[in-house]
Amino acid sequence: MAKIIVNDNSQEVTLPLTVNGLISLNGVEQPDMVSVQINGEFIERENFSTTEIKDGDTVDFLYFMGGGR
Amino acid sequence: MYDFTEEELQRYSRHILLKDVGVEGQEKINNAKVLVIGAGGLGSPVILYLAAAGIGHIGIIDGDVVDLSNLQRQIIHTTKDVNYSKALSAKEKVNAINPHVKVTVYQDFLRAENAMDIIKDYDFVVDGTDNFPVKFLINDACVKAGKPFSHGGILRFEGQTFTYVPGHSCYRCIFNAPPPKDSVPTCSQAGVLGAIAGMLGTIQAAETLKYFTGVGELLTDKLLIFNAKTMDFRKISVKRREKCPVCGENPTITELIDYEQAACDLQNH
Repeated sequence: MAKIIVNDNSQEVTLPLTVNGLISLNGVEQPDMVSVQINGEFIERENFSTTEIKDGDTVDFLYFMGGGR
Repeated sequence: MYDFTEEELQRYSRHILLKDVGVEGQEKINNAKVLVIGAGGLGSPVILYLAAAGIGHIGIIDGDVVDLSNLQRQIIHTTKDVNYSKALSAKEKVNAINPHVKVTVYQDFLRAENAMDIIKDYDFVVDGTDNFPVKFLINDACVKAGKPFSHGGILRFEGQTFTYVPGHSCYRCIFNAPPPKDSVPTCSQAGVLGAIAGMLGTIQAAETLKYFTGVGELLTDKLLIFNAKTMDFRKISVKRREKCPVCGENPTITELIDYEQAACDLQNH
């Protein structure tokens, strides 16, 4: 088990796990809509399937918000 | 030098009393030129507070007319303004609040073709729009023109904002490109709690005033996200992205783009 932090909440996950794996583990409804930062660095979308999560990582899911009027 | 009259000294006395603002800071506010894009949910509180604060010149761009369903959150408009131009309605409220403010109205929407020409006259831009094509257009135009801007987005019970200052992370550093058409609901499709627009819009107005007075730290390289259901506020540090298509090392976006808008959205505008 590895301990990571996702959006300020600690989470225990089983490695190996890719960014895509973590997205589906967290039940993100629209994966197209999320930007992912690991330890303060943005992960390019084309690398979601190859980037591995490591023990102690801090992950942020940032969602599009388009309203305003 | 801005020459304050007695009336103005009294009007702005609560700003002038602030040690961090003072007469000097108020003078900066009075000399500032701000473009507010969209006179809707976010634009309403932004325009009202900037007018009250005495921003010297406010540009308001909105090609829409007031709809009855807008009044739940677009507090600059009143029931008698239904079917009237949003930009003109907003201008009238500004004049009523503060006759010292110069207002320029554009009864139009921001597009790739007019963006640079409109933005060039202003020192700071506020995004009060409700769709991704324009949010990306504002970002790209401001990055190219070297203009700071405040980004704002709201949905249901949530809001997000950050302040772009040239040389720091931009909207595309965080969100590379607009989401696929139809994949993200906007207020007209998903709904929004009216007061959320006020919460986020007042944050944008405060950031604008902080920018001109130099008070405190801006939301630069930081994305502020809040959820009004739990009143959780998160501030996430973001970094400029080398591969950013507009502000990165090898920008691939050299011309402004009018992205296609979801069709169901267009019917609501």
